[in-house]
Amino acid sequence: MTATQTPTQDTSLSPEGNPLGFGRMLRKEDARFVRGQGHYVDDVNLPGMLHSAILRSPYAHARIVSIDTSAAEAHPKVKAVITGKMLEDLKLAWMPTLSGDVVAVLATDKVRFQGQEVAYVVAEDEYSARDALELIEVDYEPLPAVVDAKHALDPDAPIIRDDLEGRADNKIYDWEAGDAAACDEVFSNAEVVVSEDMIYPRVHPAPMETCGSVASLDKVTGKLTMWTTTQAPHAHRTIYALVAGLPEQKIQVISPDIGGGFGNKVGIYPGYVLSIVGSIVTGAPVKWMEDRSENLMSTSFARDYHMHGEIAATKEGKILGLRVHVLADHGAFNGVAQPTKFPAGFFHIFTGSYDYPAAHCKVTAVYTNKALGGVAYACSFRITEAVYLVERMVTCLAYELQMDPAELRMKNLLRPEQFPYMSPTGWEYDSGDYPRALKEAMRIAGYEDLRAEQAARRARATEPGADPSTPLMGIGLSFFTEGVGAGPRKHMDILGLGMADGCELRVHPTGKAQLRLSVQTQGQGHETTFAQIVSHVIGLPPEDIEVVHGDTDNTPFGLGTYGSRSTPVSGAAAAVAAQRIKDKARVIAAAALECSVEDLEWEHGRWYVKGDPSQGKTIAEIAMAAHSSLELPEGVEGHLDASVVYNPPNLTYPFGAYICVVDVDPQTGAVKVRRFIAVDDCGPRINPMIVEGQVHGGLADGLGMALMEVIAFDPDGNNLGGSFMDYLLPTSMECPSWELGETVTPSPHHPIGVKGVGESATVGSPPAVVNAVLDALQIRHADMPFTPAMTWRALQGRPMRPDLAIE
Amino acid sequence: MRVELTVNGQKKAADVEPRTLLVHLLREDFGMTGTNVGCDTSSCGACTVLLDGESVKSCTVLAAQADGREVTTIEGLASADGTLHPLQRAFQENHALQCGYCTPGMVMVSMSILAENDTLDEATVREGLEGNLCRCTGYHNIVKAVLAAKEEMGAEL
Repeated sequence: MTATQTPTQDTSLSPEGNPLGFGRMLRKEDARFVRGQGHYVDDVNLPGMLHSAILRSPYAHARIVSIDTSAAEAHPKVKAVITGKMLEDLKLAWMPTLSGDVVAVLATDKVRFQGQEVAYVVAEDEYSARDALELIEVDYEPLPAVVDAKHALDPDAPIIRDDLEGRADNKIYDWEAGDAAACDEVFSNAEVVVSEDMIYPRVHPAPMETCGSVASLDKVTGKLTMWTTTQAPHAHRTIYALVAGLPEQKIQVISPDIGGGFGNKVGIYPGYVLSIVGSIVTGAPVKWMEDRSENLMSTSFARDYHMHGEIAATKEGKILGLRVHVLADHGAFNGVAQPTKFPAGFFHIFTGSYDYPAAHCKVTAVYTNKALGGVAYACSFRITEAVYLVERMVTCLAYELQMDPAELRMKNLLRPEQFPYMSPTGWEYDSGDYPRALKEAMRIAGYEDLRAEQAARRARATEPGADPSTPLMGIGLSFFTEGVGAGPRKHMDILGLGMADGCELRVHPTGKAQLRLSVQTQGQGHETTFAQIVSHVIGLPPEDIEVVHGDTDNTPFGLGTYGSRSTPVSGAAAAVAAQRIKDKARVIAAAALECSVEDLEWEHGRWYVKGDPSQGKTIAEIAMAAHSSLELPEGVEGHLDASVVYNPPNLTYPFGAYICVVDVDPQTGAVKVRRFIAVDDCGPRINPMIVEGQVHGGLADGLGMALMEVIAFDPDGNNLGGSFMDYLLPTSMECPSWELGETVTPSPHHPIGVKGVGESATVGSPPAVVNAVLDALQIRHADMPFTPAMTWRALQGRPMRPDLAIE
Repeated sequence: MRVELTVNGQKKAADVEPRTLLVHLLREDFGMTGTNVGCDTSSCGACTVLLDGESVKSCTVLAAQADGREVTTIEGLASADGTLHPLQRAFQENHALQCGYCTPGMVMVSMSILAENDTLDEATVREGLEGNLCRCTGYHNIVKAVLAAKEEMGAEL
C-alpha cells in the first residue's frame, strides 16, 4: 500500500475528542456479521410461514402442450400448485421489465430459455416443495433454438417472441451515438486503421447469497410486507403496485441485510411475484429462495456484447477516431436494467480517456433463447464493455505500431486543463488528471524494470537450449474513465421514475442523529460511510449517527444502489441535508446566544461568537435548544430535521490506471497473475479502508472474467455455466495480493467533491488482465476467458469462440 | 429420526428426516442462521462449521451424521460476555468482510487454518481458504486478518 498523495483523513476531533468525518473508520455493520447475527432474507422466519419452489424448463425453446399438476397437488404437504394458466386468470402471467418489454412470470404458451419458470409449488417445507416439483408432468414440443446471436437475424431464424403482436424477426433495436459522417471522414483519411472483432462473453454476477423473498399479505389490513433481496426497495414497491394492482401505501418492501448484489438484485424476478401470489392464495407468509443453479441460469446475466471495433490513428500514434458496431445478445426477453433513454446503457462513453475528435457506435440488440439481463455485475450500465473495447483497441493499435502501450496512452490521454471535457458522444467529464494517475501506476509497478525483465526473458527464450517451459511474461495496461451517479432527472429515469434520491436527517434532542436513505447497501458499508458524510459536515461523531435504509415505510423514495450511484447521488443528498442542519443550527445558536447570525463562526461541530470562542454551542446543544421552549425568529420552525431530494447535475467520472503482470505457462496455457497494480482516483475518499476493499473485490471480478468466468451454450441452448462446478469464480489461490495507489481529483459539482468508485475496478481490470495475457502470447487478439484450454488454443493460433461450446 | 448433538457447548436434539442436511438442521431447527448457504455443489464454503473440531461444509453433511458429535458454529466463537474471538476481531480490524455472507464460513475455516499450522505465511493462508468463495473482498484483507489473528494468538496455539 503506497502512501496517499493527498490525505483524505479529516484532522478534526469532536469536543469529546472523537475522530470526525472522513477517514479509516472500522465498520459499524461488522459487529453483527462477524457474530453470525446478520439478518438476510433466508433468515426471516414468520409464524405459519410456508416454503416454495419453482419448476423450470429443461428446454431452451419449446411449446408447452400440457401441464399435469394433479400428483403434486395430492402431496400431503403441498398447499398450492400454480401454473401460467392460473396466473393468466389473475392477469399476472406476464410482467413489465425494466426495459419496457414484458417477461413471463410463468410460461403460458412456450418456454424461451432453459431454466425459465413453468410452475410453482407452495408447501409446508422446502424439501416437500422440491419433492412436489418432481411430481409435475409437463409435455413439451421442442422447437429449434436461437443460440448464436450472430445468426439471430438470419431470415430463417425461429421467431422467439411470437407472443408479441406482429413480430417477424428477433431484432430488439438499433441504436446509435456519435457523428457517423465525421467519423467516416476521419477513417477515410487516416494513415493507420486497425480493426478487431471481440466478444465480451456472457458472465453472471453470482452474489454469494442468491435471490429470494418472503411475502406476507395480511388479509385483514390488506397490507403486503415483502422481505426481499433488492438493491432498489422503493422501485420494487412501485412496480409491485403496478403489477399486482395493490395500493402502494399498503406495500412495505424490506430489504434486510443483502449478501452481495453486484447488479443481480436490481430487477424483479418471477420468484418474487410468485411468492406474493403464493401468499394471496394460501393466506400465509410464503418464502421463496432460489438455489445457485437457478440463480446462474435464470437471473440477470451480464455483458454478452459482440463488438467490432475500428481505431484510426497517425503513424506516430495520435488517435483520430473510434468506430464500433455492437451486436448485443439480450436473451429471450429484454430485461436490461438501464435508464429509459439509454437502451445500450452508457456504452457510448467508449471513447474512453483519450482526446480525439470523432467517434461513432451502433448497437444492434437481438433476442436469443437465453435468460434475460445484460446490465449487471458492476457494469455501470455497459461501461465495462465500453472500457474493454477502447482499452483493447488502443492496445491493438500499439501492437500494430510496435509502440509501447504506456507511451501510446500517455500521448493520447486527456490533459487536466481540458476538464470539464465534452466527449465526442456527448458526455461531460467532470474532472481528471490522467497523466498523473498513469505515472503513479507505472512508478508503483516499476514499469521500466518490468519491460526490461520481459525483454531479457524473451531474448533468453530464443537462445539454443532454452527451457521450453519458461513462463511467458506479459504486462497489460488499462486506463479507464467511469461515468457513475445516474443521474440527472431530465435525462435519466427507470420506468418513468426519475433518478433523484431522497434523504432525511433528524437530529434528536440529545444530539444523536438518524439518517434515512433511499439507497440500499449490499456490503459496500453505507451504514458507516454515510454516517461519516454527515459527521464531515456537522461534526457529530459517526457513532452517534444511525443510518436507516432498506425499509420503504421508513425511508424516503429513491432508486437504490447500483451503477456506483450511492455516493454521487445519495451521498450528495446526505451532505446537503447535513448542510441544511448546519445552517439552521446557526439560526438556533444565534437565538440561544442572543447574537446575530452574522456574528457566528463555525468550527467543526460548533457555532461560536466571533472573537469570543468561549461563547458557543455544539450541534448537540443546539439540538436540545431546537426542541426546547427557546424562542426562535419568525418563520423558523423548531426541531433540527432536514429532508432533501438530490437531483444530480451530472454524473461523476472517476478514473484509474491499472497494470497487470502475468506469467503464462506455454505448455499448459495456465495463466498466473503475478502482480496487479491499481491506482484509482474517486476524488476525496470518505473512508479509504472501505474504498480499498471495494477495489480489491472489483479486481477479483476482473481477474475472474478475464481468466475463468463464462456462461457458454451448446447448439440446443443448454446452459453450460449453470453451477459453481462449471461457472468458475476466483478463489484466494488465483488472486494475488493487490497493490493499490491513489490520486485525488475532486468532482467540482458534487457537494463534497466525492465520486463513486464501487464498480471502477470491475470496469477497469478485465482489459488489463487480457492485455497482459495477450502481451505474453505476443498475439494481437483472442477472446477471454483465458482458461488454460483457451490460452493454449490461442497459442496454437486456433482461438475458440468462448460463448459457444462447439465452433 | 432423532439426532442429539452438542452445538457450541450446548446439548441439542431434533427430529429430522434422514435426508436433512446439517446446515438445515442448524438454520431451520435450531434457528442458528449465522451459517449460510451459497451454492448447491459444495463449492462455496459459506456453510462451513467445525465438526469435532474440523472444518466441514455443513451442506455436505447429513444431520444424521452429526449425531453424537460436537458442532461449533460462528455463534459459538465469542465468549459469553460478548468478547469477540481474536479471529472475529481481526476480520473487523482488517476490513475482511463486506456483505458478510461468506464471513461465518470464512471465520470457521480460518479456525482450522490456525489450528492446523504452527507457522503461517500468505501462501499457506491462501491455500487454506481455497474452499471458501468470497465475492466482495478479493481475499486480500481476509488473508491479512488470518495472519493478524495468528500473530495475536501466537503462544496460545
